[in-house]
Amino acid sequence: MSTSRKTGLLNPQIMRALIGIGVFLALWYLLTAVLQLPRFKLLPNPLSVIAEWISFEPVSGRSIFTKAFYLDMGFSIARTLIAFSLATFLGVLLGLIMGWNRIFYDFSFPIVEILRPMPPLSWIPLAVLILPGVELAVVYVTFIAAFFATVLNTLLGVFSIDKNYFLAASCLGSKPKHIFINIVVPGALPFIFTGLQIAMGVSWMSLVAGEIISGQQGLGYAIYEGYSLFQFDQVVCYMFTLGILGYISSAGIRALGRRLMAWESRRRGA
Amino acid sequence: MNQVLTPAAGITKGSFGEVRLERVGKIYEKEIERLVALDEFSLTIERGKLTVLMGPSGCGKTVLINMIAGYEQPTSGTITLDGRPVQGPSCDRLVVFQESALFPWMSVYSNVVFGCQVQGIDPAEIRAKAELILRKVGLFEFRDKYPAHLSGGMQRRAELARALINDPKILILDEPFRGLDAMTRELMQEFYVGLFEEFGRTNLFITHEIDEAIFLADKLVIMTYQPGKVKAEIEIDLPRPRDFKMLASSRFMQIRAQTLELLYEESSKAFASGSKAAFDLVGALASSKDSCRIAG
Repeated sequence: MSTSRKTGLLNPQIMRALIGIGVFLALWYLLTAVLQLPRFKLLPNPLSVIAEWISFEPVSGRSIFTKAFYLDMGFSIARTLIAFSLATFLGVLLGLIMGWNRIFYDFSFPIVEILRPMPPLSWIPLAVLILPGVELAVVYVTFIAAFFATVLNTLLGVFSIDKNYFLAASCLGSKPKHIFINIVVPGALPFIFTGLQIAMGVSWMSLVAGEIISGQQGLGYAIYEGYSLFQFDQVVCYMFTLGILGYISSAGIRALGRRLMAWESRRRGA
Repeated sequence: MNQVLTPAAGITKGSFGEVRLERVGKIYEKEIERLVALDEFSLTIERGKLTVLMGPSGCGKTVLINMIAGYEQPTSGTITLDGRPVQGPSCDRLVVFQESALFPWMSVYSNVVFGCQVQGIDPAEIRAKAELILRKVGLFEFRDKYPAHLSGGMQRRAELARALINDPKILILDEPFRGLDAMTRELMQEFYVGLFEEFGRTNLFITHEIDEAIFLADKLVIMTYQPGKVKAEIEIDLPRPRDFKMLASSRFMQIRAQTLELLYEESSKAFASGSKAAFDLVGALASSKDSCRIAG
């Protein structure tokens, strides 16, 4: 999207991003370490967070040089990936069928719309009750919000397809299966990818909530542990770990979307 | 004047159809409202000829196309292609839509061969046909591009190619050059009329542009405003092949003046009854009446 030919740190886009981050860190430092405003002085300052993050002997036992850090990350990433893949597969499938078949839509839309706004966390009791083991319950909670976001966007994607494409395809001799594969799926793709980005975001959010409530390992669990043990440096450095993971995963989806939709004349809000 | 048909191998098989509409009526009924879109509409779209249909907005042209294409059923009357009643969409009656209906997610080549592919035609045959027709419309070099990366004129040519490769018995064009800039539009008209003159084929062409209509047509059909009926059929006896010099000929002017009279009546009716879209047409006609008077 950047049309600049400069690369590396000289690229103005990257420069601005770095400056933005720098200003944020400076303000944070100012509020917590220099001015020490009443409520802010309880917060860890950025230097101590970074020091903890890259320490060989972290107070909390978790830094980039410890196995625990990568174990936490591994658990969280694995749960999110499983939940997100499942949500993508089932959500896109259901959304496409709902969008394509009017009768199925009539049957399913009301119930989907009732289930959709239920907060992921409200599913925890039932998930723990039904699913064997806490692990699956956390994955389920991560899955459910992403699933509905994907269904709804896929559905809207199918509805967004120009009616003329269907008419053209049918007079050119298409059978329903051709229309489904050649018109419905690619036509809904831009909306599907918008949905997947939202789904990825809510996956991480619900994952952490699930881990805090019923997890036994993972970033969310470690944040809760840090909170109970009063180790706020660790809490903050794990928060940023989550933020960075979320950023990378969204960027990955965007990049995939761009490759699959090279045909689009203009980019949808990236 | 229509024996044309130098059958460039592969593109034409000379199997052009004749479409007859007999006393076709189409009524839309909602709870209280009742709209008679077409009433006792009878017309023969002759074999191998270019029939152009004109009429004010809202006169039922699109309904007519939808019924010939098989997307909708007439309420009364019959539509036949070579004597057989029309049933459902089929690739012997192909429509080129108003706004481009090229699939944006397919390359030009994939768009053009789409019909043949879903019909399960032998891949080698498809490839040969596609190359021929892409060269014919001047898009062979652009076959791997997506529609969004083509100019408006190229998109319309790609769409013509996508239809022609299937050897339709009738080609229906619904204001295909709408939205093109004036220059491109003229070039497309010239290109299209050349294509028609080379391959013959039965064509039904819908347009709002009077010059375009006369320039292209063998027969010009003018429709009435609600309910849609045939108001007049005008045989256009300008010689073929046509070129743009004819736009200045006295015969052209004669036909134009006659057509304008007929159209003006209908458009005024549409205007008086409050059709918003007709407003533009009346305005355009009024100004072109003046220019015609000056030119003639």
